[in-house]
Amino acid sequence: MSLNAKTLNEDEFFFGHKACAGCGGSLAVRIALKVLGEKAIAVLPAGCMSAVGFNFPQLCFGNNAIISTFAGTASMLTGVEAGLRAQGIHDFHAVGFAGDGGTADIGIQALSGAIDRNDDILYICYDNEAYMNTGIQKSSLTPFGAKTTTTPAGKNIRGNIRPKKNMFEIAAAHGIAYAATASVGYLNDFINKVEKASKIKGTKYIHVIAPCPTGWGTATDETIDFAKEIVDCGLWYLAEYEGGEFILNHQPKEFTDVAQYLKKQSRFAQLTEEDIDTVRNSRDQKWESIQKNYKRI
Amino acid sequence: MKPYLRQQVPKTFADIPEGTAYEAGFLVTKNAGWRNIRPVVAADKCVGCLQCYLYCPDGVISKAGDKVTIDYDFCKGCGICKKMCRFGAIDMEVEK
Repeated sequence: MSLNAKTLNEDEFFFGHKACAGCGGSLAVRIALKVLGEKAIAVLPAGCMSAVGFNFPQLCFGNNAIISTFAGTASMLTGVEAGLRAQGIHDFHAVGFAGDGGTADIGIQALSGAIDRNDDILYICYDNEAYMNTGIQKSSLTPFGAKTTTTPAGKNIRGNIRPKKNMFEIAAAHGIAYAATASVGYLNDFINKVEKASKIKGTKYIHVIAPCPTGWGTATDETIDFAKEIVDCGLWYLAEYEGGEFILNHQPKEFTDVAQYLKKQSRFAQLTEEDIDTVRNSRDQKWESIQKNYKRI
Repeated sequence: MKPYLRQQVPKTFADIPEGTAYEAGFLVTKNAGWRNIRPVVAADKCVGCLQCYLYCPDGVISKAGDKVTIDYDFCKGCGICKKMCRFGAIDMEVEK
């Protein structure tokens, strides 16, 4: 039977933390740890979740947790896994929680190395689409058009001019044991993917969209709405990569309006109709390739 | 193990370990002061579907029999639980 709200571990392993109200990232970490249980060993690089979880002497992880170097989430996971295995301990999960910057920019080399070695680790990237912890700077997972402090909106350039990097397909391109995308708006899907990953041997990568009210310029109670809408309007998709195949888990019957999704967030407030068309076209292009290359279930 | 509030809070250097490791789940402060609105559950409307519990970023909602209860020491008042409740059992009230 698959896990759900009623059957999930009732214990809390990420509690009392100092994340902003309505934080999507902390929800992803909390739920993943509830699935993995107290034998999970969490590795967190610099980023929101280490900044809000470890405020000595306030330590908000109920399981073993450690801060790694910014670039070294995956390599520390490798070490944790190898060290425990050498001691004859086998009933644990080495799990990493890194943000989008810590994964796609700073930590990509260590992650790539770990996937190449096929170390038995689970790497979860909570993607809030910018360096939120340091005050909203652009990362390579910031979408086109988003306003950040390093991609400000002016008269000639309106926010970020580059598209979002596809980390899921980059991880898959290594021939990884298991990779998946998820969203905190569809938690049952995320729970199933974490549970499935925990049973697979080899490197696992899960990329979960986690809206940030502070950085996105949205109300604190709208986090889940945006995490759902980004999937419903087609700017994000729920998929898996396993055994050399891409699988699409969720096909929206009809996409909701991209303009509506963008206009509600202050980071996109400056976009013109033309910019919104650019976003819409890149979405349609991506989905064309998904229809061609992804298997459906 | 769920992190919990401690009675003994380190105050001097002697209380602090020499290494960088420390006890897990060690809480010394609450988050209640962050909140200016608080969720209140109407027991007669709650059907125990647990969606508020599932989606709470702070994990402050827990099962209580076939209903739910909220830990106001750590609730930040974000209002996600109210949005998630399809039965209108949660209302946000202004803190006084």
